[in-house]
Amino acid sequence: METNTVIIGLAGVLAAAAPVLFAVIGETITERAGIINLSMNGTILLSAMGGFAVANETGSLLLGFLAGMAIGTLVALLIAFSSITLHVSQVAVGFVLTLLCRDLSYFLGAPYMNIPGPRLPSSLLLNLGPGETSPVVEWLVRLPVVGPLLFRQDLMTFLSILVIFSAWVWIFRTRPGLMLQGIGERPAAAFVRGANVNLMRYVYTAIGGAIIGLAGPTYSLSIKAGWMGTISGLDGIGWIALSITIFGGWNPLRAAFGAYLFALLQWLGLVLQPSLPNIPSQVLQVAPFPLMILTLLLVNISNTEWVERMMAAMPERLRRLIAKLLRALRASPPASLGVPFESE
Amino acid sequence: MDVELRDVHKTFGAVHANVGINLHVPAGTIQGILGENGAGKSTLMKVLSGFIRANQGQILLDNRPVIIHSPADAIRHGIGMLHQDPLDFPPMRLIDNFVLGHEGGLFPNRTTAARDFTLLASQFGFSLDPDAYVDALTVGERQQLEILRLLWLGARALIFDEPTTGISAAQKEKLFSALRLLAEQGKTVLFVSHKLEDVEGLCHRVAVLRQGHLVGETKHPYTTEKLVEMMFGKAISVGERNPCAGCEPTLSLHNFSAEDYRLKVRDVSLEVCSGEVIGLAGMEGSGQGLFLRSVCGLVRAVDGRISLHGKNLTGRSYHAFKRAGTAFLPAARLEEGLAAGLDLTEHFVLAEKPSGFFVNWEESRQLAQSRIAAFNIRGTPVSTVESLSGGNQQRALLALLRVPLNLLLLEHPTRGLDIESAIDIWSKLKERCKQGTSILFISSDLEEILQYSDRVLVFFSGKVTPPLEAAALTTEALGQLIGGKGWEDFALGKGA
Amino acid sequence: MKKKIWVNIAFQVGALVLALLSTTLLLLAAGAPPFQAYAAILKGAFGSAGSLETLLITWSPLLLTTAGVLITFSAGLWNIGVEGQMAMGAIFTTWMLRLLQETSLPPALTIVLGILAGIVGGALWAGLAGALKTFGGVNEIFGGLGLNFVSTALTIYLVFGPWKRPGVGSMSGTEPFDRSLWLPTLPDTELSLWSLTLSLLALVIIIVLLRGTHFGLRLKAVGKNPKSAFLMGVPTWQYSMLAFLLCGALVGLAGAIQVTGVYHRLLPNISSGYGFLGLLVSMLVNYQAVWVAPVAFFFAAVNVGSIQLQLMYKLDSSFSGVMQSLLVLLVLLGEGARQRFLRKH
Repeated sequence: METNTVIIGLAGVLAAAAPVLFAVIGETITERAGIINLSMNGTILLSAMGGFAVANETGSLLLGFLAGMAIGTLVALLIAFSSITLHVSQVAVGFVLTLLCRDLSYFLGAPYMNIPGPRLPSSLLLNLGPGETSPVVEWLVRLPVVGPLLFRQDLMTFLSILVIFSAWVWIFRTRPGLMLQGIGERPAAAFVRGANVNLMRYVYTAIGGAIIGLAGPTYSLSIKAGWMGTISGLDGIGWIALSITIFGGWNPLRAAFGAYLFALLQWLGLVLQPSLPNIPSQVLQVAPFPLMILTLLLVNISNTEWVERMMAAMPERLRRLIAKLLRALRASPPASLGVPFESE
Repeated sequence: MDVELRDVHKTFGAVHANVGINLHVPAGTIQGILGENGAGKSTLMKVLSGFIRANQGQILLDNRPVIIHSPADAIRHGIGMLHQDPLDFPPMRLIDNFVLGHEGGLFPNRTTAARDFTLLASQFGFSLDPDAYVDALTVGERQQLEILRLLWLGARALIFDEPTTGISAAQKEKLFSALRLLAEQGKTVLFVSHKLEDVEGLCHRVAVLRQGHLVGETKHPYTTEKLVEMMFGKAISVGERNPCAGCEPTLSLHNFSAEDYRLKVRDVSLEVCSGEVIGLAGMEGSGQGLFLRSVCGLVRAVDGRISLHGKNLTGRSYHAFKRAGTAFLPAARLEEGLAAGLDLTEHFVLAEKPSGFFVNWEESRQLAQSRIAAFNIRGTPVSTVESLSGGNQQRALLALLRVPLNLLLLEHPTRGLDIESAIDIWSKLKERCKQGTSILFISSDLEEILQYSDRVLVFFSGKVTPPLEAAALTTEALGQLIGGKGWEDFALGKGA
Repeated sequence: MKKKIWVNIAFQVGALVLALLSTTLLLLAAGAPPFQAYAAILKGAFGSAGSLETLLITWSPLLLTTAGVLITFSAGLWNIGVEGQMAMGAIFTTWMLRLLQETSLPPALTIVLGILAGIVGGALWAGLAGALKTFGGVNEIFGGLGLNFVSTALTIYLVFGPWKRPGVGSMSGTEPFDRSLWLPTLPDTELSLWSLTLSLLALVIIIVLLRGTHFGLRLKAVGKNPKSAFLMGVPTWQYSMLAFLLCGALVGLAGAIQVTGVYHRLLPNISSGYGFLGLLVSMLVNYQAVWVAPVAFFFAAVNVGSIQLQLMYKLDSSFSGVMQSLLVLLVLLGEGARQRFLRKH
């Protein structure tokens, strides 16, 4: 492979990871507050369809993306309401909403199938405004390696990177972020420290939902522009994003690493296919799923009973070594994830 | 700060938890609030700290009436509460715990906060590393962290809910001197406890609660008999031991060792006679829990041999132990003992050996009915277990035990129960002993340990004493051992 | 007490009315006259002998998947892998039939072996999800989903690869089996009494198992509180595994019936959403097995009836899914609202 192809490919990986990143970071924020938004797979489809439809009708890309965010927020608020206010199982509601949103997107999206529509300019810097591109931009874009890798990306790719770091700074560096950690970890203790736990859970679920809602339009208005219903290939992305959230240990940076890894694997699958004619394309397409199971296995296996029992039977030094290894891999969720909170 | 409660009433459904309580605590006082479990102490303190709202009554701070809406509101008024299980965030750093809840700009300045933290800590002689994680701390250290945090937030009155449960003797000394220092600084300390010894040693004044009523107030110096009488309304008698003469061993342990990621319990050798009661004493998390769970196979022992009535059970699973006649009753009744959502009949069916493929529901209901009567459970065969009170849940757990039983292991058998339920539970347990069952139990209540055990094992950070005759022990001696003092006298194995 | 009953009815009726209202709004939004549309659904489901036949053909796999997930729900497990387990059942049946069709074995025996293979296939795939949960700590939702995608890929690979029709593979599936390997049907129809009987029988067995046996009670205990169940002597992980295996077996049977009784070949999307639909039905009946038959019948009717919508109003067939999940969502929320109402009053 030529260096050039590799760089363009990697630039593609950064772009392809953008919607997954939105989904993963949105879910990370939601789960940090103690709520599981299991509807993600449906939300992404519905926001993709809705975003495309709105952009198509109004001719405005901005409105398209806003529509996606609005859909994500609405679905998230429904989950927040059912779990926080009504104490209905989050998994049950999330699962039903996944199916509902998916079918809704196919049903309402039928008129928008396979029609051309607006599309985000493929490079942000080269399309900043009318007229000449400034010499600085020219220079940046023409830089070797980083030029194509970074400076020719579109708006959503930049935004996705921004979202990773803002989420990280918010959660781990700011005062409200500290409280957010507290709310998901031990709501009673957060309440004693002055947090309105349930209100904050609503707010963070809504914000997380809005970010998740960006994932759909990022597909339908940029990466896989247009709406193609059942064959748009978006069904499943949400589930992958959910498991990346677990893999990411509820830390935006580790989650971002997971999302990029996933995009890289998908790209490798495409690139390697011609050179591996013996492996049918279907196998490479689903490769991320067994890999997802495998990573979850690594992250979780130390929590199982048989591992504990087996380790107790091992000689001391081996036992210590393995315990250390497993603890480094382990990711612990916020302690109150999925548990409703009542102050009295 | 001067704290006054006037005519405070609080009801939970039909339960009148606080009945017209009047209490006045002047600034600079250490006020003891004494009472047995369920007397209404915690409810009263939760009212004062804004956790719950009273149905009726008034709170005055420095003679001004205030309405406290929430715990955060309470701390703005200068009232801070330390809960029995410190309300902090174990997976986070001390400094983050310290900062969390403190108001200020978007980005908290951890450097200045750490400086304040260290300064405050040195005032009280606490040595805490602000960068350590809370889950690595002992309960005593977590209390220290909470004290510092509340003071930093400007607390002028501090409520301590059973603070001496689960901390070492050394930490208790440190805590008490900190409380005395607080009082000297003019702060008000409310010290909630059911331990006479602590209240007598520390408090300037004591108010006693019984069944929701404030039944009396006294000042230092106290007479123990009077306090006991106020607490219980009657004097209590110490139960009798049944020392076993000819020992027929049930459980025998040989160089038995267990460990988890925090703690090792090493080389325990022990022969338990049939009908004998062995108390396991120690601060929470000193290894007694781990030990008990490994004796029934829930945690696999890493070394040594264990046998029951001569049958070698080393390395076997819990269910093998169960088949050999072992039963384990966990402290967390609803979390580990009973299944919420199932009713009593279903529990009795589950606990018996299944006979045949189909359940005979009619017969089972009758069985449930008779057990409910025999064990004084307030409930019906179709009551779900979560609808029962704590004492009734504990009785239900005892009723679920199969009849011939070689070994019974209990975690905190009477925790959270009122005194009568506790006595009732122990009489049921003693009946079991007479039938030949050996009992091992954990308790953080030293009096319970001394009252009911024949022999005692004391645990201190994984170390275990040889079995000690309970008759020859005093609360003081036991307390010292639990706190890690006086261990030189034992010739412990080299591994310990 | 009497008031409580009225409250219950009010909330349940409220949920139904809301569901109907929202689907009506959706129909209006899509430009279809709502009343005619509902009439079309009814007519599509019950209007003719042919449609009734389709309805019963749709009902039987749904009964099986619902009965299956009731077992896993009982054990407190979210078996989302049910779609893949059904596909795996179909794959195993197809494989067995392909293996035996050239032999001199009597066709009836071949069919029986084929169906048994389907049962085994479903159970194996469910067992894999169970093993991941038990021995690997992987939540069954994620393990199941991952395995769903894998089984879909495997189906497509088989249809387009090793098992493709002479010439070129297509989405229409593998080469149909010889008529002798079809499940016998009622004369002049495509309805097989065998599949219907098997499904109803399976449901009855599950009802009895869950309500009247030690096995059912112990499974329920594991679902309510695995720690307590373990301490009470229930071998917890073995019961979880058993729940997975039983569920997989029933769902695999559904897959086998689709191959032997309905399509007579392997199709890329052989599970056609019956698994997820079964989860929805279980939630709607609040995990009470006795209500499964009528509710599953209603869901099947919606599925069959909305095909008419597509023909008459050019509406996407996903409308049935929208209707069903909306109904379940609102009933769930209605139940939550009812309990909140009872808590407050």
